[in-house]
Amino acid sequence: MGAERKDLAKDNVKPYRLVVIGGSAGSLETILQIVGSLPAGTDASYVIVVHRKNTGDSILTELLSGRTDLRVREIEDKEPIIPGTVYVAPPDYHLLVENENEFSLDSSEKVQFSRPSIDVTFESVALAFGPAAIVVLLSGANADGADGIIRVMEAGGYSIVQDPQTADMAMMPKQAIDRSEVNAVLSPSEIGPHIRSLLTRTPRLKSPPEE
Amino acid sequence: MGLPASAILNDDDLDLLLSESFRLYGYDFTNYTRASLKRRINRLMIIDRFPSFAELLHRVKHDPHYWSRVVEELTVNVTEMFRDPQSFRIIRETIIPLLAPHPFIRIWHAGCASGEEVYSMAIMLEEAGLLHKSLLYATDLNPAAVDNVRRGIFPISLMKQYSENYLLSGGKKDFSSYYTAKYDWAKLDERFTAKMIAATHNLVSDKSFNEFHLVICRNVLIYFDKDLQDKVLSLFDDSLVSQGFLILGSKENIRYSSIAIKYTQWAQKEKIWQKTM
Repeated sequence: MGAERKDLAKDNVKPYRLVVIGGSAGSLETILQIVGSLPAGTDASYVIVVHRKNTGDSILTELLSGRTDLRVREIEDKEPIIPGTVYVAPPDYHLLVENENEFSLDSSEKVQFSRPSIDVTFESVALAFGPAAIVVLLSGANADGADGIIRVMEAGGYSIVQDPQTADMAMMPKQAIDRSEVNAVLSPSEIGPHIRSLLTRTPRLKSPPEE
Repeated sequence: MGLPASAILNDDDLDLLLSESFRLYGYDFTNYTRASLKRRINRLMIIDRFPSFAELLHRVKHDPHYWSRVVEELTVNVTEMFRDPQSFRIIRETIIPLLAPHPFIRIWHAGCASGEEVYSMAIMLEEAGLLHKSLLYATDLNPAAVDNVRRGIFPISLMKQYSENYLLSGGKKDFSSYYTAKYDWAKLDERFTAKMIAATHNLVSDKSFNEFHLVICRNVLIYFDKDLQDKVLSLFDDSLVSQGFLILGSKENIRYSSIAIKYTQWAQKEKIWQKTM
């Protein structure tokens, strides 16, 4: 353990532990594509925050389960954050992280006309995970996520934004790029492999948990 | 919106504000979820333009009037009529018929915010022919919210959405027949208000005050940590008759609480439990 920590310091690599993907109109195909390429066996958990109607069904969770062998769960109150799991923010709640081990939900007023709001989740992730967070912002027809990306980067986290030219709705990624120096601007097919390389270049601190 | 990183509340600031709020005003927020509290306080600092946390703290300590505004902002008051229409449909179709045989029906809306759900329930009870023998207790921590329940006045701009929710919940009448519109406001009929008892009640520190056939507490427990959730669920348990029903928000659960063993989940997926032991 001690030796591993020294190597980490030497190579200046950070172990990422949370990847949050925010999407709105026109992001579903890209989300499915990214989730299909997320690696197992890392210390990271994955979170999907997408603007959608509260239809009372679990179609998104089912669609995602069809694309990955990772466990997919729609988040409930006090849901523990477990590595190797894909979490979906429930409709009509803001998603916060209480600390590195637990989510919490919030049903307060909409932000950027949205609940869940991507800004709210990104800001909360910046506070709790700091440099251990990767955030991804995809297609959308509003400005949600741009404030949150700034917070994440101030806290030392890593940001990826979909190339607006490849987005069905360019406004959301464009707002983020205009307002901050994001780490990477990528097409949909590049995002998954990029996340994979960020997660797997990191030496693992511990073995993946037993199921 | 957004604060400079230097102005964002840290854990020490939060602890200080919470201990002062308890010491000076007797409100105990220490077992609330911290992520949400931090967010509410940061939001308050933006809206009321405090340049630093120190200035907010100073105001809280020296201005009791401002403290009531803090309570309003810390307690989330967002609710809708027939929010989650599917849940209201289940209540309408499967729970209310089981209340019918009781000579007198008592319902507790705990943490009712501005009261939209209490009026929703009153409407469903009337449509089932039960309102005349029902009493709806509506409680909230926030005195301003309780006043709002007593007034029964809501923005007219929301009525279109509420009307849609009402229809989705299985309502068959003309929703607009339940309120009177005046300028920008809609006042729900006073025959509903007459069946309500609205009062402040703090789930953290106050006790059970009656026995109910149905306790509804939606999207309140999400703001409490597990210890406080357990305490509040025990309070609900103390307040429910045998075979009574407990209804929580769509992502809340009693699974990990000490009362779980006494309750049976009513419908798959729905957050409704019956006290069966």
